Amino acid sequence: MAETQIKNLTLNFGPQHPSAHGVLRLVLEMDGEVIDRADPHVGLLHRGTEKLIEYKTYMQAVPYFDRLDYVAPQNQEHAFALAVEKLLGIEVPPRGQYLRVLYAELGRITNHLFTVCAFAMDIGAMTPMLWGFEERERLMEFCERVCGARLHMNYFRPGGVSMDLPVGLADDIKSWANEFPKVMDDLETLLTENRIFKQRAVDIGAISADDALDWGFTGPCLRACGLAWDLRKAQPYDCYDEMDFDIPVGSHGDCYDRYLVRMLEMRESLKIIHQCLDRMPSGPVKVDDRKIAPPPRAEMKNSMEALIHHFKLYTEGYHVPAGETYTVVEAPKGEFGVYLISDGTGRPYRCKIRTPGFAHLQAMDYLTRGHMLADVVAVLGSLDIVFGEVDR
Amino acid sequence: MDLALRDLGDYIEATLPDAVIDVAIVREELIIETKRDTIVRLLAFLRDDVNCQFKQLMDVCGVDYPGREERFDVVYNLLSLSHNRRIRVKVKTSEANPVPTVTGLFNSANWWERETWDLFGIYFLDHPDPRRILSDYGFEGHALRKDFPLTGYVEVRYDDEQKRVVYEPVELQQEFRSFDFQSPWEGIQAQLPGDEKAEEQERT
Repeated sequence: MAETQIKNLTLNFGPQHPSAHGVLRLVLEMDGEVIDRADPHVGLLHRGTEKLIEYKTYMQAVPYFDRLDYVAPQNQEHAFALAVEKLLGIEVPPRGQYLRVLYAELGRITNHLFTVCAFAMDIGAMTPMLWGFEERERLMEFCERVCGARLHMNYFRPGGVSMDLPVGLADDIKSWANEFPKVMDDLETLLTENRIFKQRAVDIGAISADDALDWGFTGPCLRACGLAWDLRKAQPYDCYDEMDFDIPVGSHGDCYDRYLVRMLEMRESLKIIHQCLDRMPSGPVKVDDRKIAPPPRAEMKNSMEALIHHFKLYTEGYHVPAGETYTVVEAPKGEFGVYLISDGTGRPYRCKIRTPGFAHLQAMDYLTRGHMLADVVAVLGSLDIVFGEVDR
Repeated sequence: MDLALRDLGDYIEATLPDAVIDVAIVREELIIETKRDTIVRLLAFLRDDVNCQFKQLMDVCGVDYPGREERFDVVYNLLSLSHNRRIRVKVKTSEANPVPTVTGLFNSANWWERETWDLFGIYFLDHPDPRRILSDYGFEGHALRKDFPLTGYVEVRYDDEQKRVVYEPVELQQEFRSFDFQSPWEGIQAQLPGDEKAEEQERT
């Protein structure tokens, strides 16, 4: 038989592909069905968030953070709010902190539900998506009830949160949190021991702990490699130091471990939600400083001073003392950092947003080299890439 | 916390005196300023030294100060898991002077340096893949520089006759308005208009 020459094939994956999780253009150099090199082209959703923020007041900048990782918006706001508070040197009252932690954890569950279900669908399981999204809808209703917006909440403001919980919402979250483990169990019966699911996920896209550090991995992707690193424990912010929860870790750093870590993290988040609801202190939800937090609506009707404060806050905004900070939160996807430089005016001088997805996507080449084409989809799904935050 | 950071700063300065220009602690965050030609050595030391162990490069970004002679700062944020500490390293540079790449030390630096090149036009010497990353294919200019307008220079639309997307110079219905408020709360002296002479009269 004559020797045949096999030519390398270049394949364009995306930007219009249902498994590309948005607008990823992945240029794959392939030897048959094996990946030789993966070159992700990002930036198709680049909106210049950092530039826009430089031209907005600090309060106007908050909604831009919702639109980064639009799967769990509140966690991004949290980072920015903490950064501004650090520069202003203010502390949020206890109830505000508890509300933030409560909603940050609801956001984490929203995100992990989406990730796990979308990951399952990427590698062939349809049902989890349908079941998971029903719960996601409930969670978004809780968001809507507290601030009026299902998704882009604009709820965590520098100085606290925008509004207090309406009557009855805490009870509804509580009863949901009691029911939710049942849904998780159902999802796990579909996936965790599923033979097809395991064939597609186990030992795919594995990375060692040292390599994960080198590639800048954070969050569940890092914990799946066996490093128990969680900013909520290591560098606690708001009231996380009062919460009792565990850090789930994996051992192989493959797609399957990343899935397992996310599933366990949802259960840990539930623990935190229960603790928040049980210990929720009473009191104000934002700082009692009218130069930073706007006055209540009712007060504006008969107080001239309140009206002036409101007007000044919503036109000029507040001035933040000059300085700089790199403030991080444990977002569902990993370390979300805001490097904020203030020059003493009402607008940020520079606001660099460090997103976890950017670092994770960068390792695509490393993770998929030598794998099959179908594994690219599995790796991409397990890394939890959302293009809003990668492209900014 | 502050004390431990100060110790660490002193230690780094004592070990690499020629690489460290300045050590500062701003809001409980340790900042080290270094030079372009020593950045690789300093980051290698920070990564490998047993007292530093900054194994993770979290972020590389640029900052633009157009008023300065060397207008850019390149900022490296590092994290040490074993010591649970962060450090920030800064390098000053300008358009003409490239910064040596640190991709040899941290794989994660690759894309962040590409991003810094893309948005600020800071060139990284010996970078393995010096392409743009976030902005459009064929984009001109560097968007995050302070002298780049917020609205940009070109806009795109689909041309039905040519059956393709065309680039056109940006046309604004209304000039971009940057409201610059002078706050009555701060920055301005409590002085009535026309009242400047009052003090002079009192003095005489």
